Amino acid sequence: MAWMMFIGKAFAQGQSFMPPAATDIARQVDNLYSFLLWASLISCAILIGGMIYFVIKYRRKTNNDKTAYISHNTFLEFLWSFIPLVIFLGVFAWGWDIYHKMRTMPENALEIHVFGKQWSWEFVYKSGKSSTNEFYVPVNTPVKLIMTSQDVLHSFYVPSMRIKQDVVPGRYVGLPFLSEKLGDFHVFCTEFCGAAHSQMLARMKVVPREEYEAWLQVDESMMTLEERGKKYYNDKGCVACHSTDGSLKVGPTWKGLFGRTGEFDDGTKYTADENYIRESTLNPNAHIVKGFAKGVMPSMQGQLTEDQLNAIIEFIKGLK
Amino acid sequence: MSAPGKNYINDKDGIWSWMTTLDHKRIAILYMISVLFFFLVGGIMALLIRIELFAPGAQILDGNTYNQVLTYHGAIMVFMVIIPGIPAILGNFFLPLHVGAKDVAFPRLNLASWYVFMLGAALAISTFFTTKIDTGWTFYTPYSIKTGTAVVSMVLAAFIMGMSSILTGLNFIVTVHKLRCPGMTMSRIPLFVWATYSTAILQVLATPVLAITLLLIAAERTFGVGIFDPALGGDPVLFQHFFWFYSHPAVYIMILPAMGIVSELIATFSRKVIFGYTAIAYSSLGIAAVSFFVWGHHMFVSGQSEFAGVVFSFLTMLVGVPTAIKMFNWLATLYKGSISFQSPMLYALGFLFLFAIGGVTGIMLATVGLDVHFHDTYFVVAHFHYVMVGGTLMALMGGFYYWLPKMFGKMYNEFLAQVTFVLIFVGFNVTFFPQFVLGAMGMPRRYFDYLPAYESLNRISTMGSWMIGLGFLISLYVIIQSIWKGEKAPANPWGSKTLEWTVPSPPIHSNFEVDPVVTGGPYEYR
Repeated sequence: MAWMMFIGKAFAQGQSFMPPAATDIARQVDNLYSFLLWASLISCAILIGGMIYFVIKYRRKTNNDKTAYISHNTFLEFLWSFIPLVIFLGVFAWGWDIYHKMRTMPENALEIHVFGKQWSWEFVYKSGKSSTNEFYVPVNTPVKLIMTSQDVLHSFYVPSMRIKQDVVPGRYVGLPFLSEKLGDFHVFCTEFCGAAHSQMLARMKVVPREEYEAWLQVDESMMTLEERGKKYYNDKGCVACHSTDGSLKVGPTWKGLFGRTGEFDDGTKYTADENYIRESTLNPNAHIVKGFAKGVMPSMQGQLTEDQLNAIIEFIKGLK
Repeated sequence: MSAPGKNYINDKDGIWSWMTTLDHKRIAILYMISVLFFFLVGGIMALLIRIELFAPGAQILDGNTYNQVLTYHGAIMVFMVIIPGIPAILGNFFLPLHVGAKDVAFPRLNLASWYVFMLGAALAISTFFTTKIDTGWTFYTPYSIKTGTAVVSMVLAAFIMGMSSILTGLNFIVTVHKLRCPGMTMSRIPLFVWATYSTAILQVLATPVLAITLLLIAAERTFGVGIFDPALGGDPVLFQHFFWFYSHPAVYIMILPAMGIVSELIATFSRKVIFGYTAIAYSSLGIAAVSFFVWGHHMFVSGQSEFAGVVFSFLTMLVGVPTAIKMFNWLATLYKGSISFQSPMLYALGFLFLFAIGGVTGIMLATVGLDVHFHDTYFVVAHFHYVMVGGTLMALMGGFYYWLPKMFGKMYNEFLAQVTFVLIFVGFNVTFFPQFVLGAMGMPRRYFDYLPAYESLNRISTMGSWMIGLGFLISLYVIIQSIWKGEKAPANPWGSKTLEWTVPSPPIHSNFEVDPVVTGGPYEYR
């Protein structure tokens, strides 16, 4: 079997299938995991091996086999209640210790604000710099993410750091970490949040401090309207559902959108002009283009300024 | 005395005699047909999910449709297959026979429970023809408040089906306490009855909490009362507390009856008294009791306090102990037995194998510092399928094959039944074992699309799902074929010692020609 070979190979190489650990906590989690993996293998060997041994040894030989009448054995029963209990409590204490370290907020940490929204992650730094679906942190520096959601539940998960925290609307939650490794790490949303849940991905770039400082300094005020539109397309999460290359995602593609004619699901015709885009953005359920579902596009009312909406329209006009 | 040749099936004729029957055995058959149908629907959804995940990107579904399929798979399998499955089919049929009763305590309530169940199920299925539903079976707020899909209909459906579950539970509790035949003391009832009885307590005590929670969702959506919606000052995490306060005990509603079946199968096919009857019986009650206090282990990363996380981790470890006790008792029952490998026993041994893996991975997930990594990844998906499918469905299949001769008076094709075991058992491991690895690698659950790194394991998993599908399809054929033209079954084909095997197959309308009097335990193999 292919998967058995895969697992056998991985074991031979001493892997535990976990992504490479980027933090000290992650290594501690891996140690606990290794212990539990071996303890589980031994337990299963006892239970399943014992079962296989018994069913072979005591298989029915004749139809009149005499069987032993053993109703119980108090000492054995005590043993197999007590030994698991001790192991479970030991594992519990070990897990508690790690959990406590995960949840302890470091002092003087670099604070970054994180907003989860359908379907993108926005990161805001103290300098006012903001970015979407990609953020930079300096290596060997304690970082604390202060997270909240603008709509539904999300969950911020960095597999390489073994950390995860639900992002809840209406409250702030903290998530501390300290990366010892340079690298480019995946961030997943792990709380179901709708149509593009599996596209709600981000990258965490752990870089040397100088590179981080340089990234913070990039100035964005000198962009053209169209360039700014492109930035909002990414930052505001439009990118999750609308392609710019004609491919079909959750929503209509923006390629060649401006000036396009078509039909709504109630049969009326439309031409995609500035007002069409405006209505589709701010009051998306007023009309639904044929072939798409109602209630999927969230209203951007209050999330886009007039100026930003203009920039996005300008960007769409450019997508021929 | 009933006329010779009469049994509960041919006792009265016509569809109407079935629709108005008060016979617990006929009601069990009604449940069986309905649940098998829903299982087929839920199973097709599962195959669709696996086909979509065969490769990254869209295969046959888009993101929205995938979420709907996923929700129907979960909701149908939980509320319409696994929760009613064992209690309402096998429990209904065999609990009265096991305790030596003519029927359950409240036959009319029993029939009502089926109608209530079908009403809820019809409402649930009807959403499929309106705006559908895409929240996942957990209905987490505030997504379930904001989404444009048929959440209100679906939660009302679950509410109604919960009512049916309460009626069944109530019936079983009273039957066990009041209708045991002379000599049938509580220490002589079969372990299947102990397990179903513990389940019934959970059904009666936990389901109302789900009912209230679901009504609150409906109220939130309809009137905007602001209990869960943060925009109105509500708390979405509160919903999770309410939801899991029911849904964790519900996990034991799903697994305890399965454990009861396994006790019966292992004793019968080892021809041996069950080892540690008292320990198994009380561990069922122990699991039921502790299961009310572990709901927070579904919420280690939800934003609940660190203290709460630690307490729930501790309590969850305690549930592991009675579960371990049961495993060791079953193992000890095999010792010095006379073990045969007919298909029900194969399923019981399959249960032990898969449940061992489901159990140890459960301990990993209960370990709070480690769960943070595994939470909401495929590791969790693999774990609960090992318990719910590897555990409950394997036991249900074993129970079906074990009791089919009694229920219909016909034997089935043993060879084909063994083929179904091999297909389902191997297919199950091929499908779900790779998902443990995917989870460790960090693949989140409920993902319609995934990174290329996860592709090869997903592909293997999808191929396994076809084996499981084929296995269940053949099982369906085996069942239908045996009812259609199986050989006539003797009263006791397996040499079992419990009361249902002392009456002809199938039993007569009032179960026993002569009221039974019991003088010994249920597993007197000497």
